[in-house]
Amino acid sequence: MSIELKNVTKKFGEVTAVNDVSFSVNEGELMALLGPSGGGKTTVLRMIAGLEMPTTGDVFIRGQRVNDLSVQERNIGFVFQNYALFKNMNAFKNIAFGLKIKKWKRPDVEARVMELLKLFDLEGLEKRYPHQLSGGQRQRVAIARALAPKPGVLLLDEPFGAVDAKIRQELREWLVTLHHELNVTTIFVTHDQEEAMEVSNRTVIFSRGNLEQIGTPREVYEQPANEFVARFIGVMIVLELHVSKGVARLNELEFPSHGLPDGERLRIGFRPYSVQISSDVKAYRYRAILRHTYFLGVMLRVELELPSGLLIRARMTKEEYAFQGLADGKDVSFQIRQYRVLAREGEKLAPEVAVTHDVPLTLGEGI
Amino acid sequence: MAEKKFNALPGFGLTMGFTIFYLSAIALIPIAGLFLKTLEISLTDFWRLATTDRALAAYELTFGASLVAALANALFGTVLAWVLVRYEFPGKRFIDALVDFPFALPTAVAGLTLANLFADNGWLGQWLVPLGIKGAFTPLGVIIALTFVGMPFAVRTLQPVLENLEREVEEAAATLGASRVRTFFSIIAPTLLPTIITGFALAFARAVGEYGSIVFISGNQPFKTEIAPYLIVMRLDEYDYTGAVALAVVLMVISFAMLYVINWLETWSSRFQN
Ligand SMILES: Nc1ncnc2c1ncn2[C@@H]1O[C@H](COP(=O)(O)OP(=O)(O)OP(=O)(O)O)[C@@H](O)[C@H]1O
Ligand SMILES: [Mg+2]
Repeated sequence: MSIELKNVTKKFGEVTAVNDVSFSVNEGELMALLGPSGGGKTTVLRMIAGLEMPTTGDVFIRGQRVNDLSVQERNIGFVFQNYALFKNMNAFKNIAFGLKIKKWKRPDVEARVMELLKLFDLEGLEKRYPHQLSGGQRQRVAIARALAPKPGVLLLDEPFGAVDAKIRQELREWLVTLHHELNVTTIFVTHDQEEAMEVSNRTVIFSRGNLEQIGTPREVYEQPANEFVARFIGVMIVLELHVSKGVARLNELEFPSHGLPDGERLRIGFRPYSVQISSDVKAYRYRAILRHTYFLGVMLRVELELPSGLLIRARMTKEEYAFQGLADGKDVSFQIRQYRVLAREGEKLAPEVAVTHDVPLTLGEGI
Repeated sequence: MAEKKFNALPGFGLTMGFTIFYLSAIALIPIAGLFLKTLEISLTDFWRLATTDRALAAYELTFGASLVAALANALFGTVLAWVLVRYEFPGKRFIDALVDFPFALPTAVAGLTLANLFADNGWLGQWLVPLGIKGAFTPLGVIIALTFVGMPFAVRTLQPVLENLEREVEEAAATLGASRVRTFFSIIAPTLLPTIITGFALAFARAVGEYGSIVFISGNQPFKTEIAPYLIVMRLDEYDYTGAVALAVVLMVISFAMLYVINWLETWSSRFQN
């Protein structure tokens, strides 16, 4: 166990930034802290680094309780969102700074910095001051500086927040490769779920100071612990249904009542690609007009308008679209293949409900 | 040929033309006038008038005291700005407002007040004089007055730069193991140095040109506490117009040379900025 938080709470005056959070990170793991703005991600990272003290609870690094250890003593590499490079020092001196503090010998400092410059593709830039570097280069200098003294743990706060989309993608791939080579325990903060899924071994999801779920990208996507996670990871379409006569409905859409009495509300959610569409108007249960098609790259987004005017946004591949011979304005039929009943916030989600392929759903049938 | 660089804002020609016109009207024409005036006398006469023993003593006091006062302001102004930016304490806003006080106070009032304070029987003088610290009618008094008038320059130039220092830079140094003292001297101080030098230059320039507050506290004794601007006024009182001009030209040349050196220092210390 490389890093462990036990019942950590952090309050800033009245505000509870982090609320009774416990989790652990394994040696050599690449962990993402994911959540919306203000969720407490930065605060967790800063508490691990020692830049912030927990109000209650304990932080352990490699089994040692570090609550009373100063920032300087924790041997942690921290990369700030805005890089925080030393403006008065060139790239070489920035990277060498931590080594000089640790009183490395000059030839060793030089060798280590050169090694990092090479590893980070920064050769030839060592004499440049931060203002003479591009955003991506600054970012790499910042990571190199943090890694130079061989820290036990690398913490990155939104490392790719301030660079453009293309560089972002490059840096992501590069971070994975780097982690593969160095194998240093790494936690990085992001509010981009795609980034968390692509880069991390495991993801911790935060919202408003609470730990909502921890798991591999696949786990959090396929088995979200609650509605927040289900809606935060990937796109989820949520419908609010009314139960009457034992059936939950929204306009012409009908679902089983899942045991709720008449007059209650039932919330369900489904992924946009769970909507199955056919140009054969008799193939599935509901009829609609394909109003608009948006090209998103490999996937397409289609907008279905039901006779009652209800709009459903679905996703499908280009191949499927072409195979079905779909086009804007066409009459189609569709069904919702899989959905889940959404629990109230904080409650656990029921597993996903599968609607068997091609068999029209009969009302009242227990699924 | 200089390379023509693309500039987002148009109007270089117009603004440059205005700058030259403005500087000519405000600064260059009077300076040229001063130099023309010296042409009325021979070089040997000029040299004799400009380098009398009394004039040399006055230059020494003016530039020496200005230098000491500006250094004091650079040092203590930095501490003051640091405290005002970094810490919260009761009365902070009041102290912050007080920094501008020397700007607003007529210099003659400042001089009178200081002279009274440091006189043998003044509020401060009655305690300091027995200790051998004489403020009134001494070169020390001149330094005190010059420090007083120059102080806001040092504080006000530094304050915004201090406010914009990123907290994370210091935290980054801490995660790398640097102590606070080490962080200050390796990172904060070099970052602030160009601005401290700017504040120093402004305080220095202000001190060299200062007149009103000095004449009251110094006593204006020739060879002891007489500053160069006062000597010029004396010459004018005696209708010795060429004598006054000779002194003025020397003052101007030295001031210009010193500002040039300071400017170079500033550029050198900010070589890591764009
Ligand atoms: N020094 C502080 N003083 C007071 N409140 C703070 C402080 N730092 C953070 N907070 C509050 O704590 C909460 C969590 O903040 P934190 O910076 O950890 O969020 P975050 O998840 O990193 O958000 P973002 O994605 O926007 O960076 C917020 O409500 C914030 O306003
Ligand atoms: Mg943050």
